[in-house]
Amino acid sequence: MALAEICKISNAPYMRRTAWDLSDVEEDLKAHTSNLANPYTLAAPPFENPMHNLNLIQANADKTGIKIDFDHGTTTLGFKYKGGVILAVDSRATGGQYIGSQTMKKIVEINQFLLGTLAGGAADCVYWDRVLSKECRLHELRNKERISVAAASKIMANIAHEYKGMGLSMGMMLAGYDKRGPGLYYVDSEGSRTPGNLFSVGSGSLFAYGVLDSGYHWDLEDDVAQELGRRAIYHATFRDAYSGGIIRVYHMTPTGWIKISETDCMELHYKYEEQKAQAAAAAQ
Amino acid sequence: METLLGIKGPDFVMLAADTTHARSIVVMKDDQNKIHKVSNNLLISTIGESGDTEQFTEFISKNIALYKMRNGYDLSPHAAAHFTRKNLAEYLRSRTPYQVFMFVAGYDPNDGPELTFIDYLASAKSVNYAGHGYGAIFASSIYDRYWHPKITQDEAYDVLKKCVVEIQKRLVINLPNFNVSVVDKDGVKNLDPITAKSLAAEPAA
Repeated sequence: MALAEICKISNAPYMRRTAWDLSDVEEDLKAHTSNLANPYTLAAPPFENPMHNLNLIQANADKTGIKIDFDHGTTTLGFKYKGGVILAVDSRATGGQYIGSQTMKKIVEINQFLLGTLAGGAADCVYWDRVLSKECRLHELRNKERISVAAASKIMANIAHEYKGMGLSMGMMLAGYDKRGPGLYYVDSEGSRTPGNLFSVGSGSLFAYGVLDSGYHWDLEDDVAQELGRRAIYHATFRDAYSGGIIRVYHMTPTGWIKISETDCMELHYKYEEQKAQAAAAAQ
Repeated sequence: METLLGIKGPDFVMLAADTTHARSIVVMKDDQNKIHKVSNNLLISTIGESGDTEQFTEFISKNIALYKMRNGYDLSPHAAAHFTRKNLAEYLRSRTPYQVFMFVAGYDPNDGPELTFIDYLASAKSVNYAGHGYGAIFASSIYDRYWHPKITQDEAYDVLKKCVVEIQKRLVINLPNFNVSVVDKDGVKNLDPITAKSLAAEPAA
């Protein structure tokens, strides 16, 4: 081995032992699962400048045959009105052209007074929402007080900004009810965080916005507001191939969130068709 | 996409910023304030990469607040602009540069008003008038035509109005609303926003 050392090749990959002992295995395991103990040590893609190079890999996919189809495509929406906050989402998860799931839960129940929606990379959203849930619970235990929506969204935005440019893909809304009343924040993987009265996120958001904007005002009644959210998502599932499945509607009230409905969008389609036919018949 | 405008007069600085928050082709918000009050005599307006703008502006303003707590007096507008520029320049040469365009506007009791133009490459320049973003291209000739060294606050507000009218007439991007703030010897004041609605209510110039 002395010769190898003089030649400065003792550390070269081909000089390493091939038989792994227990400590090697442990080290290897630690390197790949450190985020289980500390979620913020999530490994970045194993190459330089992940955002740039990931795009290069994706762009060359046809030639190389190496392509990562992230789960994408969603419609989610949320709006504040006099009765609290309404969140409505679809449940389809797609990877490229393939529908991976029709029953995904895109609303995360962080606690009784805080809900989050997922859009963008499914894995990223689920992972960081879990981390956020943990942080919110810890805040509650440390301060003997529930976290505000503003603070929770700030945690998320800080995480997103920390990992900006490394290929995360998220667009989420946080809805809640705290001392300041109803809260709705939009946070995305660009690191932007902004409060607002009405948001829609995802590939179907353009369709949802159309229905939502034309039916929205502050003084909606509860049932009308819930139906507006449901309808906006339904119309997005109709027009957007990447949205569909079950339409879930949640309502955030001063006493916590309530699950309003979970309806298959096909069921809604025939219901609305029938309503239209009846209205047309009545008009004649 | 976004636009910032700034005018310095003999005893004030006036800033205007559009209020649109857009993501790809969607307008997500039309009431986003981009002019931040940092202290009683300092305003910072920021546009650029979403996320970076909030994060960097907050970093700068909290550090300026910390400076005041430690020393008992405010950073002068001139020093604040240098502090901002230096930080931006250092981040520019790191792995995580901030892509932000900003104006640092302040009023110093001794040195008078100060308007500093800073772009994402951390080039900083003290100016009498300037703009950031696509809208600024249309505004620059209006400034050249109507700005003069003794400009009053009312005149400056009218110049900004002219800029907004031109932006809404010639720029293909929809920027309906602009917030306006001014800083002078009496501190920071928010003026009436210049909006498509308020301009429509006025008799045509």
